Amino acid sequence: MTDKPAIPQASQPTRLTGAEIVWATLAGEGVREVFGYPGGAILPIYDALRKYPIRHILVRHEQGAAHAADGYARASGKVGVAIGTSGPGATNLVTGIATAMMDSVPLVCITGQISSKLLGTDAFQEVDITGITLPITKHNYVVTRSQDIAKVLREAFMIASSGRPGPVLVDITKDAQQGMADFDFEAAMPQPHRPHPMLSAEHDAICEAIKLILEAKRPIILAGHGILESGAMDQVRTLAERLHIPVASTLLGISAFPASHDLSLGMMGMHGEAWVNQAIQQSDLLIACGMRFDDRVTGVLASYAPNAKKIHIEIDPSEINKNVKVDIALIGDLREILETILPLIAPRKDATWIRAVNALKGDAAVRDIKNLPDLGHLYAAHVIHDLWRATEGKAIVVTDVGQHQMWEAQYYKHDSPRTLITSGGLGTMGFALPAAIGAKFACPEKEVWVIAGDGGFQMTAAELSTIMQEKLNINIAVINNGFLGMVRQWQEFMYDSNYACSPILSPDFVKLADAHGIPGATVRTRAEVLPAVQAARGTDKPFLINFMVEKEDAVYPMIAPGSALDEMIRRPANGHNPLLETSEEP
Amino acid sequence: MLHTFVALVQDKPGVLTRVASLFRRLNINIISLTVGHSERSDVSRMTIVAEAVPGSGHRIKASLFKLENVLDVDDIGQLSCVTRELALIKVAATPHTRAPIFQLAEIFRARIVDLAPESLMLEITGAASKIEGLIQVLNEGENEILEISRTGRMVMRRGQHTSRVLEAMRLSSPEEEPVIPVTATAGEVSLEVISGDPNHPL
Repeated sequence: MTDKPAIPQASQPTRLTGAEIVWATLAGEGVREVFGYPGGAILPIYDALRKYPIRHILVRHEQGAAHAADGYARASGKVGVAIGTSGPGATNLVTGIATAMMDSVPLVCITGQISSKLLGTDAFQEVDITGITLPITKHNYVVTRSQDIAKVLREAFMIASSGRPGPVLVDITKDAQQGMADFDFEAAMPQPHRPHPMLSAEHDAICEAIKLILEAKRPIILAGHGILESGAMDQVRTLAERLHIPVASTLLGISAFPASHDLSLGMMGMHGEAWVNQAIQQSDLLIACGMRFDDRVTGVLASYAPNAKKIHIEIDPSEINKNVKVDIALIGDLREILETILPLIAPRKDATWIRAVNALKGDAAVRDIKNLPDLGHLYAAHVIHDLWRATEGKAIVVTDVGQHQMWEAQYYKHDSPRTLITSGGLGTMGFALPAAIGAKFACPEKEVWVIAGDGGFQMTAAELSTIMQEKLNINIAVINNGFLGMVRQWQEFMYDSNYACSPILSPDFVKLADAHGIPGATVRTRAEVLPAVQAARGTDKPFLINFMVEKEDAVYPMIAPGSALDEMIRRPANGHNPLLETSEEP
Repeated sequence: MLHTFVALVQDKPGVLTRVASLFRRLNINIISLTVGHSERSDVSRMTIVAEAVPGSGHRIKASLFKLENVLDVDDIGQLSCVTRELALIKVAATPHTRAPIFQLAEIFRARIVDLAPESLMLEITGAASKIEGLIQVLNEGENEILEISRTGRMVMRRGQHTSRVLEAMRLSSPEEEPVIPVTATAGEVSLEVISGDPNHPL
């Protein structure tokens, strides 16, 4: 930082190159860290970086850049920024962009592009990235003139973070990066976003919703990701507490409502606990808050919550009546709508329903984890349970996709918002390690744990070197069962145990970590779990634990595709020495 | 069933692709899509006719709104509106066989816009059913149809309805004069008598 950075403050135009405008605009938007990988068509931008107070984190693959920016955005609530070059750099971002799109994560992805005069000629490393990402971005741009960069980037930040958030891609040609233009941050301020003409939470609908809420005998709040995006955690909690309404979470809604709260039921859906799904099926009113009735949450639609009226509070009008037909749709910002509703609702003492739900819990009782046979083997459920206890539920946990992800959702109790970071909609294996890098930058003071399977971890394991280069203290738990576990489970249940291509050979993960200068340990028994976790927590360096768990364990309960929400496959009871599992110390 | 949407969109490169791509993604076939200038110079107007299941109108409309370049969407549904389509039809006809076509043209209020020794060209404007009626009669006659070019449907709601969004844009930028492109000369304008069924002026 030898040159004085052109910090965007006064509304006075400065003459800058397009590349400098990129950084000046990012700095003006409050960006401190970006995740990326340089290449030919974006070199002017990289050349200009040294003049600006922004830290660039070099990933090992552009997919990692997109996931890291995603993890940063999910952990902080701010816009994450990923940068790649043209051609393969841009296409490598695609999986990460789609992941962010499916989970409504605000990202701005900047790609270099060949010079505008060469567009469409199949020049070296040219790819039509705006065409490719058209269906997986909220919006995208090609910028061919330096003077358009500031305005487009500021618009991209606004679009990414407003309404239902999502990724925006800005493709900047090399000549636009090299050209000169006047830069005026204030003048480049985008027009305020057009109000969505279909947003409607009109007085009548709100009155009707309140009437349904007050009349309901067996209401349930379905807590989705929108609670976190809207910042409506307190409002949802107030609503639940005022009327004793139990709260069930979607996968991405986990951490929006404290898991240790008396009214928290846990996760619903395909691998939700039995009592959660049973309660939903018995309920007479679903209050869906910022969720989209995904197929993993509803089971077969025809028999979904058959006796329940449905109130859907959601910011995206295209989600209304998409999967589940609702009785009342309140379309708009969740927090604003709840703030309108709450003053009109008086507290109610009646706790009959919550007692009934708790009784269901008692029935389902012997939680599935209790039926794990004690054969001296290690179970992933125990690993996650112990990890939860050791970290007192306060860590940011970043998971990959598969069995371990579901066990995490079941056995790690998240009490504070934005502490579970996971790829829900797209189900992107390889997400965890790079996303954890972003989460650590967003919350450097917090303990960050990666939980990944042996399959997904190998997809992006190269980011271990990024962790070392950036000196990040991230702990990694590999749940190693020698299988692509969820695939194996489906093959066991639905394909006659034909384990086609699901057994997977892995390197010695501890040696792999060692090769990166990361200490590690392999754990094979329950007794070794806590000491290893404490060893990992005891250093200010990264640490990898290779948990060798039961190979053919399955996630229970499970709703098979095409089944109703309460038709669950349960863990077969095991008469021998059930491991009694409670939240108390073992 | 057929759904008809009028979309007002920013006049920028790639907007048509975004709109068309949305229908592709929803696996909905577009029957016709016409684009042209609107009353504002920076806004294009699209009429999209698509075949989709009943009840899907809300979702299509909401999805169109999610596109950043889309300013306003009107789901026409069963609303009272004027629907028009223009077709050019080239028919093989010699000087000896022209007479019946001239007669047909008169009945259908089509116009002869080109006359060659071996062919002639008809221009017809109206509801799709009127155009299809003429094509059917021509097919049943002696003369072979050589080419047909249809514009696809254009729709405008009757009465005082107008886009609230454009209204707001107009108010927010009073310095900008609305540009009304003049495409028809006075001689070509013909007022049609509104019959009982507004879409079937025949």
